Amino acid sequence: MSTVDTALHVALTLVAPPMLLGVVNKTKAAFAGRVGPPLLQPYYDLARLSRKGMVFSSTTTWVFVAGPVVALVTTLAAAVLVPFGARGAALSFAGDMILFAYLFGLGRFFTVAAALDTGSAFEGMGGAREATFSVLAEPALFLGLMVLVRLSGTSSLSTMLGPGLAHHWGVMGASLVMVVASFVVVLLVESSRVPFDDPNTHLELTMIHEVMVLDHSGPLFGVVLYGAAMKLFVLGALVVRLVLPMDTAHAWSDWGLFALGMIGLSIGIGVVESVMARLRMRQVPNLLVGACLLSAFGIVLLAR
Amino acid sequence: MKELIVAVLVLVAGGVLAALLSRWPRLASTVGATTAVAGSTIGAVFAARMLGGQAPARVEIAWNVPAGAIVLGCDAVSAFFLLPVFVLGAIAAVYGRDYLLHEAHGKSLGVPWAAYCVLLASMALVATARHAIAFLVAWELMSLSSWVLVTFEHERAEVRRAGWVYLIAAHVGVAALTAAFLLWGATTGTLLLESTGFALPANARTALLLLALAGFGLKAGLFPLHVWLPEAHAAAPSHVSAVMSGVMVKLGVYGIVRMTMLVGGPPAWFARALLLLGLVTAIYGVVFATHQRDLKRALAYSSVENVGLVVVGVGLAMLGHATGRPTLAVLGAAGALLHVWNHAAMKGLAFLGAGAVVHATGTRDLERLGGLLRRMPVSGALFGLGAVAVAGLPPLNGFVGEWLLYRSLIDGAIGGGAGAPLGFTFAIGALSAVGVLAALAFVRLCSIALLGAPRSPEAAKAHEPTPLMVGSMAVLGLACIAGSVAPGALVRAFGAATVSLAGVAPAMNGDVRAALVPIGVADVILWITCVAGVLVAARVARRARGRGAEQETWGCGYAAPTARMQYTARGFAELATGFLPRRVQPHVEIARPRGLFPARAGFVSRDEDPVTRDVYERVLEGLADRFARLRWLQQGVVHLYVLYVFLAVVAALTWVSMRGWGGP
Repeated sequence: MSTVDTALHVALTLVAPPMLLGVVNKTKAAFAGRVGPPLLQPYYDLARLSRKGMVFSSTTTWVFVAGPVVALVTTLAAAVLVPFGARGAALSFAGDMILFAYLFGLGRFFTVAAALDTGSAFEGMGGAREATFSVLAEPALFLGLMVLVRLSGTSSLSTMLGPGLAHHWGVMGASLVMVVASFVVVLLVESSRVPFDDPNTHLELTMIHEVMVLDHSGPLFGVVLYGAAMKLFVLGALVVRLVLPMDTAHAWSDWGLFALGMIGLSIGIGVVESVMARLRMRQVPNLLVGACLLSAFGIVLLAR
Repeated sequence: MKELIVAVLVLVAGGVLAALLSRWPRLASTVGATTAVAGSTIGAVFAARMLGGQAPARVEIAWNVPAGAIVLGCDAVSAFFLLPVFVLGAIAAVYGRDYLLHEAHGKSLGVPWAAYCVLLASMALVATARHAIAFLVAWELMSLSSWVLVTFEHERAEVRRAGWVYLIAAHVGVAALTAAFLLWGATTGTLLLESTGFALPANARTALLLLALAGFGLKAGLFPLHVWLPEAHAAAPSHVSAVMSGVMVKLGVYGIVRMTMLVGGPPAWFARALLLLGLVTAIYGVVFATHQRDLKRALAYSSVENVGLVVVGVGLAMLGHATGRPTLAVLGAAGALLHVWNHAAMKGLAFLGAGAVVHATGTRDLERLGGLLRRMPVSGALFGLGAVAVAGLPPLNGFVGEWLLYRSLIDGAIGGGAGAPLGFTFAIGALSAVGVLAALAFVRLCSIALLGAPRSPEAAKAHEPTPLMVGSMAVLGLACIAGSVAPGALVRAFGAATVSLAGVAPAMNGDVRAALVPIGVADVILWITCVAGVLVAARVARRARGRGAEQETWGCGYAAPTARMQYTARGFAELATGFLPRRVQPHVEIARPRGLFPARAGFVSRDEDPVTRDVYERVLEGLADRFARLRWLQQGVVHLYVLYVFLAVVAALTWVSMRGWGGP
């Protein structure tokens, strides 16, 4: 991991996330036979929001402001720990996978607290859903990571997703397929995409993430959107590296492969959103339990 | 050892003095709190010096009791448990001075302060007693003095009930411990609680460990012996809850550790049993912490969870010790011990914060709170800090101990290569579930209590507590932050205790510190970025607010929202409790609206512990029915009771002498 790689890693984390949303929206437009918004529309949206004023609910405190900011900071910190493609993470140490998972926990804590700070029934509903579904998503993530831990014998994300990964695919492909499936579910639920949550829905009663941020406006809402995109990017990087375990032994081709992978992932998400309806709320836990079981089966397979 | 004895004497003398000054509540409180602080300071200095690498100390005082002697000793493990007793004891005493005065409502405060001082002194003696009789006396004093404090508000029925449950539980525990020590005496020929080097027979060792697990597990609140804990912690005055939860229940863990050291190292099966028991306790505790309506009951269930986590670490340390895996052992031991100290700080803070809420509003009912952060910004923020810490989230100290436990389990999961047992791997899954459930429980607690709009007139009139109370909370808050940014320093401070618990070479403690360096750095970076980010955003927001951009919360266009339209504590937990098995769900009575002109509808939910309701109460009621048939023995005539005593003595003497004739 050279200095250039580190710089590129951080720069990509900061700049690229809204692009994913642009690709997703383009894909959905293509499926619907529309032209769709420009690829850079999410950037325009962020720029527009940053120029707007803000409105605050009269019950709120500093926690309402802290929610989006802490969510963004923790996602950024998690991004530093996750390897982008074969080039490794900007920072890695033994046990960083635990910090990685818990950082999302901190972000979620503040997002939910900020939602409840408004005293709105809708936002309370969203907060309860977010907190409850994470109870099932987190063990799925942890058990999936444990497959990688057992395969690689380390607890650092960069090493377990490092050069040895291609070899593990050859030996224990079945387990890894289950992990990928489980991570895709975690990715979709954590970044509130269809079939778990619909970012474009307009009915508060059916939302999870969107309903928690109803009262955020202006630049603060921009921070919320940017943070959500970054979360998608970070969790997506995990899945992309798992699916594309090759090591091209050349820096630029590694980065290129990673970029292609991320674009492919966004197209995939767009396809899912185009061909599927969102699930009824009571079915979401079933699918999450399924993800946990998939990860658990992955572990059991390792011990044959 | 002199300092410790001085500390105990100061505490006892202060307690007596406070009791004598009962007529003047303010004076009694000041005297009680001052001596508690003075005695604790002396004791804390002693404990810190003992931890700092002094050779184990020992002192013997003759005592005029058959087979009794006061033998006190202090090694690294004792000193490790002593230090939080004194530190938290002093901080909670400062807090308690104003808190009790406010809660007294004309009650005498002499006896509660005497009980508080005796509680601190007896906890110190429990951690250092090296003779079975002295230990049992100190243990009993600890239970009784805390019982006096738990029943402080004895005019309320639910407090009396909590007191009863606590008293019964404590004495069942003492019965088990007495049996354990008698067995120890019978097998080793001494009542001294010191390693004899004598190889215990396997059966005796098993029996000793199980009896200790029952007796000490009751105090520690291990499932299914935890039922007294939520009742007693909720009923006690908040600073007492802080001490009970922060340090007293940990003495149960100390007892388990001490007993395994006595029997010459733990067998692997016992370590596995502890690991499993700890996980079950943690899961049970955290699940119930997610849906309690009573703020302090929820905190108490979270204590059950955290004791479970500590026991997981102790089990890992013993397992590593028994199976010869030093890395597993040292990470588990350091994690468990670090969590003991961290939990004393963060749960102490959380209970003191709950006390500030009670002080300001007079209620612990979450459905009557809300909007407190606006009305008590400093103590509210400190309570929130404690909540994030107890939820085990970075960048606070609760996370560090859990991180070490994860590391230990990961070492177990990969240590044996591909054929390593799956138990460790699934234990990690369980631990992660405990972690997110704790986050759910605490985001609910602090958001419902502190944020949003006030749900009752009392909450709307809330105010900051006194400077002494806020100050003592701030000290604990700083301790939590310090524990998060410099965990290595703590691990070094109690290195000797880690090493003796894990049974590894002292150098291994340095490895733990090295492993913790990145976590400390990450916590520092997180603190800086989060605080800086929030400050910048708050500045921008303040400017916007200044321009009059304040509106009602958006409610789908509804123009007259009320505080009752907010999400309730019950509602927030509803989705999560829905996954629970029906028997474990909170008891709910719903009167649905019926007919075309519905007259009455209602919803009542009660939080009971299903283990109490379905197991203990059922069994005890059955027993009570049986015993009722023996009522004819109880005639209320003194002569008859003397006769019973006489007959019992004759029977005992006959048995003893017959046994003497019968053979060897």
